[in-house]
Amino acid sequence: MRLRIAFSKHGKIRFTSHRDVARIWERALRRTNLPVAYSEGFTPRPKLSFGLALSTGHESEGEYLDVDLDPEQAADLDLDGLASHLTAQLPAGMTATGVVVVDRRMPSLQQAVTSCTWQIDILGVDESTAQAAVDGALAAEELIVTRERKGKQVTDDLRPLVLSLDVDQPIEDGVRLIAELGTQPRAVRVSELLSAFDPPLDEQCVLGSRVLRLHQWIITDDGQRIDPMSVDAAASAPVGVS
Amino acid sequence: MPTGTPTTDLWPRLEPLLPQVQKPARYIGCEDGMQVPEHGPGTTSWLFTYPDTYEIGLPNAGLQILYEIINERPDAAAERSYAPWVDLEALMRRDGIPLFSVDTHKPAGEFDIIAFNLSAELTYTNLVNCVDLAGVPIHSARRADADPLIAVGGHCTYNPEPIADFVDLVVLGDGEEVIGDITDLVGEWKRNGKNAGTREGLLRELSKIEGVYVPSMYEVEYDGEFLAAVTPRYPDVPEKVEKRTVADLGDWPYPKQQLVPMTEVVHDRLAVEVFRGCTRGCRFCQAGMITRPVRERPAEQVSRMISEGLQRTGYDEVSLTSLSTADFSGIERVVADTVSDQGVGQVSVALPSLRVDAFTVGIAAELQRARRTGLTFAPEAGTWRMRQVINKLIREEDLYGAVESAYSQGWRRMKLYFLTGLPTETDEDTLGIAELGRNCVELGRKYQKSPSVTVSVGGFVPKPQTPFQWFGQNTEEELRRKVELLKNDLRGTKGVQLKWHDTRASLAEGITSRGDRRLGAVIEYVWRHGGTFQEWSEHFSVDLWLEALAANGLDVEWYVYRHRTEDEVLPWDHLSAGLHKDFLWQDWRDALEELGLEDCRWTPCYDCGACTGYGIEHVVASATPPAGGSQGTGVDLSTGGAVPVMLQPRAPIGAGS
Repeated sequence: MRLRIAFSKHGKIRFTSHRDVARIWERALRRTNLPVAYSEGFTPRPKLSFGLALSTGHESEGEYLDVDLDPEQAADLDLDGLASHLTAQLPAGMTATGVVVVDRRMPSLQQAVTSCTWQIDILGVDESTAQAAVDGALAAEELIVTRERKGKQVTDDLRPLVLSLDVDQPIEDGVRLIAELGTQPRAVRVSELLSAFDPPLDEQCVLGSRVLRLHQWIITDDGQRIDPMSVDAAASAPVGVS
Repeated sequence: MPTGTPTTDLWPRLEPLLPQVQKPARYIGCEDGMQVPEHGPGTTSWLFTYPDTYEIGLPNAGLQILYEIINERPDAAAERSYAPWVDLEALMRRDGIPLFSVDTHKPAGEFDIIAFNLSAELTYTNLVNCVDLAGVPIHSARRADADPLIAVGGHCTYNPEPIADFVDLVVLGDGEEVIGDITDLVGEWKRNGKNAGTREGLLRELSKIEGVYVPSMYEVEYDGEFLAAVTPRYPDVPEKVEKRTVADLGDWPYPKQQLVPMTEVVHDRLAVEVFRGCTRGCRFCQAGMITRPVRERPAEQVSRMISEGLQRTGYDEVSLTSLSTADFSGIERVVADTVSDQGVGQVSVALPSLRVDAFTVGIAAELQRARRTGLTFAPEAGTWRMRQVINKLIREEDLYGAVESAYSQGWRRMKLYFLTGLPTETDEDTLGIAELGRNCVELGRKYQKSPSVTVSVGGFVPKPQTPFQWFGQNTEEELRRKVELLKNDLRGTKGVQLKWHDTRASLAEGITSRGDRRLGAVIEYVWRHGGTFQEWSEHFSVDLWLEALAANGLDVEWYVYRHRTEDEVLPWDHLSAGLHKDFLWQDWRDALEELGLEDCRWTPCYDCGACTGYGIEHVVASATPPAGGSQGTGVDLSTGGAVPVMLQPRAPIGAGS
């Protein structure tokens, strides 16, 4: 039996890394006494599977993990109230926002998620500058970024992965952008997008920015954009069977 | 928050800096078990600080225990701080942000007492740096009445003279009780307004508390380069400061809410202290000498702390801590309880200090059913003769029995810890280290396809309050030569990996370990020239230490390499860990005679002074040594050199492989 848990991450705890969050969940699940399934072998590990890594320092409204449970012990599991029990075991700033049962044959979160919506608050930039940068990026045929991978310089074109990009309402001392960025074949980082603007947003603006992941999305075979918590409904798989 | 209390939250200023630094999670606090205490004019506030990074400092049990004990008092508050890494420090200094607590991000300067745990001498420059970052004058003599008091505790405080200029008070021994006494006095002083001219009087009162040493209350006289005397400046200040000792560990079941960090730290697991003190009597071991007598925690309390601690923290690993956990008389019961406790699920138990014998391996096998990767033993020296000198009475039989037992039960890797540069050590003794490593691998071949042994060698640094406090440390060149000897001898040996501690770090540690107050200027020099984080190889610089000595007209030979004589006044003679100086001297003579002493827990008393002086006794549940007890407990020591197992004869030198 596989549970999919949705959670949010806000405030001071946003400075923990993806690996830190994995450990936080392992401990929280043990304290909740959920019958988590363990791998076999010399070093049994709890069977947890996380979605796309969230960069250290970013906040999120839409994080997910899949947890495999021991089917025998989990038979009588009551999902009602489980999210709040989990939240009680999480650090301040992390909240479990929902729990559903998903079919174990479904693709993993890493494979399934196709895009993320981001809210990007940039300080020290006025609206017209931001609008020009956004218009320029959207009009560009390609947005080339260079990154280092295994010691080699690799160039990528981000443009096909910028699915939408808008200047949202102004905020104090800056602007807010809303962007939907693709994650396949690889997830575009918000910092990459900002550095690909022409001219690139300067380093201070990037350092002063505050980034919030609003959603993760899965595009289904029939082209629907759905939330990772509703995959079973979309696939009409019987709930509770694994 | 009571009204009218000035308190500052630095978080809004710190937050924009964190995306620019490595591992920002170490500055956020947010641990399970973190406390958010209320401060106020009637509340005595402590900032417990570890003078190294969060990852190293957070697990420190001493600070966690005191943090809880203080926060249980209605009239006191405790928070924590750690040395910021160099990247954040640069930004803090640029923006004028002082050292802060991780609990509420309160400036360090707003606390009444900033208390440091000192576990390693090479953190001294970080202590100075933290005081400076707190906005407090680094020299105690320059501090104003209302400035925070700078306190230190931990093992290094048995010779605090090198840092005497920088600290207001020093705690010797167990902190559980003495911090209450300090809180009472400081609280009274605070409620009276910390008025001008009262700080000196407070310090004088503090110096009368058992276990508290106030360096500024003592006059130091020199006779040429030698110390002549360290004497109290007032008749009511004690001539000799005795350490504080908690008689019964069962009265102090702390930490009750061990801090669970949100980011990776060393020792990221539950820790339960099973006993304090050790009477094995290893002569090089400062911890074993200064923490006597042995005080065991009741076995049922240990079992309860394990099961409750695992449930509360969500950890799947617990470490049973002490100086030699297999000596805990309740070990078998605790093992049985923990293994049978189905409620805690997949739990592994770590024994951080394995005794070298087959019995211990049996316990480890029972505990570590799942993860059987590596075991660590510390024979400390390569020959039986050398081990008698240092009183680490492990016979070869014990070591090979332990190693064979481990390989036969599925372990593939062993780690063996050794010291080199010990008193009377010959090249034969040094090469004995390689020999032991080779023999262990050979034993492993019976059971494993590719057994491996890591031989880890550290340069010996003599420590205060031990029988080796008179010994002249090996020169850096000599230590390097011995490491080379081992490297050459083990070259091409399959299965044995040699690792060694930086011999230059041993030299720097030697400078600070047995220094006197003249070392204060040296530490300050190193700090002023950017020498922080000296425990970190990327920041350590031995040249800076040597330059600092030279700049102050001090001599490395005199401080580190020379043997001390019996009549020499040692810088720590006015401080006592309970051990009589004549006991230590006799033990030093015994060492030179290659005479081992049995563990006094179960054999007659040698009158070291630790029990009798404080009117307390060993607290052990069993009148007989635990099963399989090696190291001189009821075994025939005359056979120590015998090799009872069949081993391959040593290949002649130059035969190659």
